[in-house]
Amino acid sequence: MAYEEKEYTKSFEWKTWRKIFPFLKPYKATMWRILIFNLLCAGVDILLPLFQRYAIDNFIEKNSTEGLVRFALFYAAVIIFQSISAIIFTRGSTRLEMGLGRDMKRACFVHLQTLSFSYYNVTPVGYLLARVMSDTNRIAALVAWNFFDILWAVTYVIGVFVAMLLLNVQLALVVMLVVPAIAFLTIYFQNRILHWNRRVRKINSKITSAYNEGIMGAKTSKTLVIEEDNARDFEAVTQQMRTSSIKAARLSAVYIPLVLLFSAMATAIVLLRGGSMVLEGILWIGTLSAFTSYAVNIFEPIQQTARNIAELISMQANIERVCGLLEEKPQVFDSPEVIARYGDTFHPKYENWEPLKGEITFEDVSFRYPDGGEDVLQHFSLHIPAGTTVAIVGETGAGKSTLVNLACRFFEPTSGRILIDGRDYRERSQLWLHSNIGYVLQSPHLFSGTVMENIRYGRLDATDEEVMAAAHAVSADTVVEKLEGGYQCPVGEGGDRLSTGEKQMISFARAVLADPRIFVLDEATSSIDTQTEQLIQNAIAKILQGRTSFLIAHRLSTIRHADIILVVRDGQIVEQGTHLELLRKHGYYHQLYCKQFEEEAAARALHGEAL
Amino acid sequence: MNQNEEKQKHAGREKMHLLLQFLKPVLPFFAAALVFSMLNTVFNSLTPQVVKMTVDSILGEEPLPIPQQVLSGLGLSAIFEQPISALLLAACAVLIVAALSGICSYLSRMGIAKGSEGFVKALRDRLFSHIQKLPFAWHSQHQTGEIIQRCTSDVEVVRNFVCNQLVEVFRTVFLVALSMGIMFSMNVRISLIALGFIPLIVLYSAFFYSRIAKRFRTADEAEGVLSSTVQENLTGVRVVRAFGRESFEIKRFDEKNERFANLWIHLGKLLSAYWGIGDLMTGLQILAVIVFGVLETVNGTLTLGGFLAIVSYNSTLIWPVRGLGRILSEMSKAGVSIDRIAYILKAEEEQDPPEALEPPMDRDIRFEHVHFAYEGVQPVLQDIDFTIPAGSTFAILGATGSGKSTLVHLLDRLYDLPPESGRITIGGIDISKIRRDYLRRNIGLVLQEPFLFSRTIQENIRAPRPGAPLEEARRAARIACVDDAIEEFPEGYDTIVGERGVTLSGGQKQRVAIARMLMQKAPIMVFDDSLSAVDAETDAQIRAALHRQLGRSTVILISHRITTLMQADQILVLDNGRIADRGTHEELIARPGIYRTIYEIQMSSDDRALLEEGGDSRGV
Repeated sequence: MAYEEKEYTKSFEWKTWRKIFPFLKPYKATMWRILIFNLLCAGVDILLPLFQRYAIDNFIEKNSTEGLVRFALFYAAVIIFQSISAIIFTRGSTRLEMGLGRDMKRACFVHLQTLSFSYYNVTPVGYLLARVMSDTNRIAALVAWNFFDILWAVTYVIGVFVAMLLLNVQLALVVMLVVPAIAFLTIYFQNRILHWNRRVRKINSKITSAYNEGIMGAKTSKTLVIEEDNARDFEAVTQQMRTSSIKAARLSAVYIPLVLLFSAMATAIVLLRGGSMVLEGILWIGTLSAFTSYAVNIFEPIQQTARNIAELISMQANIERVCGLLEEKPQVFDSPEVIARYGDTFHPKYENWEPLKGEITFEDVSFRYPDGGEDVLQHFSLHIPAGTTVAIVGETGAGKSTLVNLACRFFEPTSGRILIDGRDYRERSQLWLHSNIGYVLQSPHLFSGTVMENIRYGRLDATDEEVMAAAHAVSADTVVEKLEGGYQCPVGEGGDRLSTGEKQMISFARAVLADPRIFVLDEATSSIDTQTEQLIQNAIAKILQGRTSFLIAHRLSTIRHADIILVVRDGQIVEQGTHLELLRKHGYYHQLYCKQFEEEAAARALHGEAL
Repeated sequence: MNQNEEKQKHAGREKMHLLLQFLKPVLPFFAAALVFSMLNTVFNSLTPQVVKMTVDSILGEEPLPIPQQVLSGLGLSAIFEQPISALLLAACAVLIVAALSGICSYLSRMGIAKGSEGFVKALRDRLFSHIQKLPFAWHSQHQTGEIIQRCTSDVEVVRNFVCNQLVEVFRTVFLVALSMGIMFSMNVRISLIALGFIPLIVLYSAFFYSRIAKRFRTADEAEGVLSSTVQENLTGVRVVRAFGRESFEIKRFDEKNERFANLWIHLGKLLSAYWGIGDLMTGLQILAVIVFGVLETVNGTLTLGGFLAIVSYNSTLIWPVRGLGRILSEMSKAGVSIDRIAYILKAEEEQDPPEALEPPMDRDIRFEHVHFAYEGVQPVLQDIDFTIPAGSTFAILGATGSGKSTLVHLLDRLYDLPPESGRITIGGIDISKIRRDYLRRNIGLVLQEPFLFSRTIQENIRAPRPGAPLEEARRAARIACVDDAIEEFPEGYDTIVGERGVTLSGGQKQRVAIARMLMQKAPIMVFDDSLSAVDAETDAQIRAALHRQLGRSTVILISHRITTLMQADQILVLDNGRIADRGTHEELIARPGIYRTIYEIQMSSDDRALLEEGGDSRGV
């Protein structure tokens, strides 16, 4: 299923914006500080041309240097004051940006820990990662900088107009005439530039994934001899990139000189109108020079504000995405009563936890995946006494994981109940159950860190000796010893420095260390060669003793000794029984099993051996 | 004398060489950009002159700086008689100068855009096709993420350098020279004061940025660490939940998150101090120019208009100068990036000698006393010697790491056999003398973990022959028993696979890869454990379909599933890089050895008894 990111082009919604207020609350004082010192900076910026005016009118025009030292000292003091204000406000903004970003990231991350698998199944990791990292970064940066930049610019522009009006009303009004033109121009171009920049970014990510594919698929490309084809495809993308980038650049190249032209227009008008006023003797030259400075300086903030406002408005989409994630409700959750008694995921009340024996009962369970249309399980009942080994077999993609997902409460039944040790498992906390499960996956996942740390993930307080003992129990120690640095060998991101087989061995040791009452092996041995697998099979047999376990496998030879075998076909459980029972039944299981041997039989027949 | 210096010089030249190689075709754009950028600067420098003239000669009593003859020659003397019309002329001059500088600015920006986009496109294309052609040995020695970073981030740094910094540096230097020249011509003392600050400001920011560069890197890395912590948590969500490790994960996340935030806050503190002090220096420089300007004007060595002009030249100059320090320090970053890119481009592509052969491939394949070791590691293959008769099916069995896949790599020349380590021949011709692409086109290879491109399924299957009719792709898919599965997708053969589309199961991927390989119609086919993720039933189906289809192809099967191997004409058992045994299935199970051990493990005797019972009843 393609996960198309929703386009957020909705109009302004106050409701959405309000959602970030709770995050801002702890930074109230910081924000006030930023605001005050930011505005002080703007105030000084408004004053600076007046210093020039003062210098012209009082020294140059009067042809005296009296008070020049005082002037210089005062000017210097103002500059020093502004620099200090700038330091204070930029420090505040950095603190706000990072603090806000950190808090939002944390909120997202914590919330993600509670969301159900149904959510993870339909949401790509890349999408979630972008929410946690980029969106929060962007919101924080925009709030901490753009927002205050806008305030600065608005204050500055208003201040300049006030100053101009105070200096000369007529001239001030003339300059103001140009402002709407600039604002209009900026809005017109900014939208288009934004559009092309977005396109450029999109193509850029295409280029990145093209490189990714080109490199990941290098071996395949070589064996298929399609290097040239790939390069041609790639050149088409970079051509798009070039065209779009040049288009974006052309817009900027037109826009910037146009704005400057308007700014020149203001200067020209001031020169013409102001000049004639000077000639008439109703304007001093110092004031004229202040006006020319204002006329030039005012346009940068106007442009900037138009850009900043556009960016700030586009932040609505980021807020929506982050809050959308935070508002996502977990499908599987503990009731308030359960939390009161057993604690939640983050504050478990271990003292109230009953020991888990491992007896599991499916009682008239029906189930349908939240994103799927039909029931994959209908009125299914099964009693699994503690210590039973349940094997689930069937073709790839037949839905073998469903039962395990239900038993582990990664999903809950649509109707019916699942009892653990005789009580509906919803009466106890998820963490209680999960703390008692050992899980080894088909594609094992390790975390960055050493082998030792990864195995210890199964039980955080295990000593080194216990970790090694667990590794030994599943013969993982022979694998570990071959690694450089042994138990201290870093496994790389997601464990990608190890082979799949090695990862499986380690994840196996990890599960064993947890000493769980319930064990799940999801096709756990498919990437290990037969001899190693035999070692593990022996280990498994020992370890499974006394534990309730689920084995999911398509290689039937590995599950012969299971107490119950469930045969799954097209998402439904079609047969159930022991190996011998099922074989005698001559049903689907028998068929599957025979297929593995058919050709051997055929080969032997060919050679004239008696069956 | 100094070897290090020599080396550095050499490296510097190499960098320039690389840069020039890609810049050459777009050099005219940059030359034009530079010219127009300079013109733009010249036009910009005229405005203060207009203001000066207005203030001094129209509003004041100074004589016009333009000789009377020129004025009358242009027929402008009448205008200057009338102050208002003279003002109008000055205003028009401001607009005309702005328009001219606008046009130049546009042309210069477009020149830069076209030049740098052309440059970066050439660089990207070259990198891509180069990486495609690098030997597989190179690929396996390098991390994908690392290479991608060089192709994206480092290219971006270089692009930024070429696009924003290269011309900007020239422009700034020109601007400083021009403005300073004009200022000096107007008043030497003020100009000296203004100039005095400039090296200070440039050095200050260059020093700061070079000092802070390391912190930036550390902070960036902290972000990378945080990001991968989140990613690992999300991809490993099942593990986290199954062990109930949510609190532990949050603790781990908090550490990284806190570190990331603190590093940036600290960096922010430094930056804001830097900005503040930079502002102060700039402000003081402007103050100095104003104060000394006032003194000079009062002394009569500078006109009022001249004062205004100098102040405005100084202010147009001071910001680019502040930027210069930053650019200079970032240029060293570009140098590092160029090195990192050059590292990739310097690696040698796979090449064939011109006399490479294209012999018929439906011949016997021979491995003659082959020895092989991946770089520096202990030997993977030792004295491998066997023949695969043309048209036969040949199976290889061995434990993980026994060298099975290496055999295939060598046959397909993904790795080249070093001299004196034996030979591999097809029809008696050493494969190292065969054209690489010809060889690979004639060997259909399905890898254990096949890679599908994120395109549609039909594009994937047709990749070896993009022009082939769709019906042929379907036929291949049917043989690989994946046609039904494909048809079940809503978009059928137009379904996009991979990240942007449908995720295929391991088995489906393997089957699509088999279909793709079949499109090659190669006389030699190799299945490198390529049905491992397919269940036994489908495995058998595919093999049956293939068997009907293969005809006279030579087939090499690699697996550790006995049922997959046992029909082969000959089975080779590899153990620790040596041939441990060889023979037919029957021969091999008749004698003790690895093969029989594995065979017995895979089919334990009581099941066989049961199976035979089942077989009997079926027979009845």
